[in-house]
Amino acid sequence: MEERYPPLLVSVLCIGFAVLYLPILVLIAYSFNASPLVSVWGGLSTAWYVKLVHNRELLAAALLSLEVAVTASTVAVVLGTLAAIALVRFARFRGRLLLTGMVTAPLVMPEVITGTTQLLLFVSLLQTFSWPHRGFLTIVLAHITFCIAYVTVTVQSRLQGADRSLEEAAQDLGAGPARAFLEITLPLISPAIVSSWLLSFTLSLDDLVISSFVTGPGATTLPMLIYSKVKLGVSPDINALASLIIGIVGSCVVLAGWLMRRTEQRRELETRMAEQSEESSLGAAPAALRPPRAEARALRFPS
Amino acid sequence: MPFFFTLKISFAESVIRIPPFTDVLTRTADHHLRLTLSLTSFRYLFTDELYGLAYLFSLRTAFLSTLICLLLGYPIAYAIARAPRSAQNILLLIVILPFWTSFLLRVYALEAIIDNDGLLNTLLLRLGLISHPLIIMRTNLAIYIGIIYSYLPFMVLPLFATLEKLDRSLIEAATDLGSPPWRAFLEITVPLSMPGVIAGSLLVFIPAVGEFVIPSLLGGPGNLMIGRVMWDEFFGNHDWPVAAAVAIAFLVLLVGPIAIYQHVSGRQLEG
Repeated sequence: MEERYPPLLVSVLCIGFAVLYLPILVLIAYSFNASPLVSVWGGLSTAWYVKLVHNRELLAAALLSLEVAVTASTVAVVLGTLAAIALVRFARFRGRLLLTGMVTAPLVMPEVITGTTQLLLFVSLLQTFSWPHRGFLTIVLAHITFCIAYVTVTVQSRLQGADRSLEEAAQDLGAGPARAFLEITLPLISPAIVSSWLLSFTLSLDDLVISSFVTGPGATTLPMLIYSKVKLGVSPDINALASLIIGIVGSCVVLAGWLMRRTEQRRELETRMAEQSEESSLGAAPAALRPPRAEARALRFPS
Repeated sequence: MPFFFTLKISFAESVIRIPPFTDVLTRTADHHLRLTLSLTSFRYLFTDELYGLAYLFSLRTAFLSTLICLLLGYPIAYAIARAPRSAQNILLLIVILPFWTSFLLRVYALEAIIDNDGLLNTLLLRLGLISHPLIIMRTNLAIYIGIIYSYLPFMVLPLFATLEKLDRSLIEAATDLGSPPWRAFLEITVPLSMPGVIAGSLLVFIPAVGEFVIPSLLGGPGNLMIGRVMWDEFFGNHDWPVAAAVAIAFLVLLVGPIAIYQHVSGRQLEG
């Protein structure tokens, strides 16, 4: 049954991962280089990080990017989840195909096109309604639109896998649709909601092309600033900044993945325990042996 | 129920806003700027060979890098799919992690390696393998490297998804019936993983065609990726109708066929 894992495949994995990570590791290494030249190693130094903290322009851009990312991903998660529910739960309604197309379109469209079209939209809106003015607002709106696509797809796949009968059972037991949704469906799809929020957040934080198109005077996001600096070549303080961002994002993703896995495992464990306790209660086991969770469940859903 | 319906309609409008508006919009923008202009910008596309060349160059670049991505990604996906189940999650996380970190910064990180006085050249010079630094930066080769490096995770994930679901007993049956492992791989594993191959290729190909960041950071001034042409038209020449026309032509030529293809293949799966 167990077969030996071929050494060839191990080496393939090693090479593949090396290719993926080597540039990032090199970048981090250079960020501690005392010499500003890439080709010269001048010893360890944290001077570039110190310089970073004193860069006003950079801090302002970073703050703006964070604001945009938080607003856009939060709104996108709400709208995207609703879209996913509509697509999964309502088999046919007018414009279903249209909605599917609209939702997935930003996923396949090149960024340059999304950026152009959105800018043209905002400009013509401004002409007709004299709203919105280009800047923070238009960046957020543009980010919301492309984030919705990712949220919808993620939540949709989770919702399709979710057990509909649980929600129906709750409604049979007298819970209103709103309550059944809030207490049953929402917790079921919460992992997808969390991960799609994180995805939207990173995508928004990272976006250069779309922001550049729709931005106005005075609104420079972090990627836009980085791009304009990087265009001139390798520079050591960008190395430091990049390492910082990669470090933060990387550890967040690992942490989120670990937390999600733990909750899933705990939930599985709980279900198993609950099932066991139900079996044992059939055999008239003493109530004290039942885990408290199962007790609570029995109280809430009297059979 | 009415509550749901109002919600559904309220969000539907906000979602629907993007593409149809753009479609109408480019037209209205042209109408606004006189009707003749709408035709001239399109005619301009056909008369100036720059745009045709840019399309062809973008398609070629994207096609080649997708192919190389496939050749690199397939072994990686295969190796992960064959790994013990407990290790798979961690291996997948390692593949996905670069995708979460900034795209722009990863392209930038690449620059430090392939630059004329970058790590690669320094290393090769020290080892005495080359006498002059290799010129990779600002060439088309740099664009290929950039695209392949950035989009490799997109290729590995769908490939892994199909390879993992693959029924291993089929391969066992083939080997039992006397076919050598390489033949079993070619005749069973490869055909069965075709959906993953197609999905991965599309995921790499489509963004690669419209790529802007990579050619503008790594490529030379002479390269004409369509994304870059659009960007220049917008920010350099401020010729918005032409940029819009490029966008529309691009959509019709590229995204249209792919959407139809997916629609048809989806029908086939259902039927």
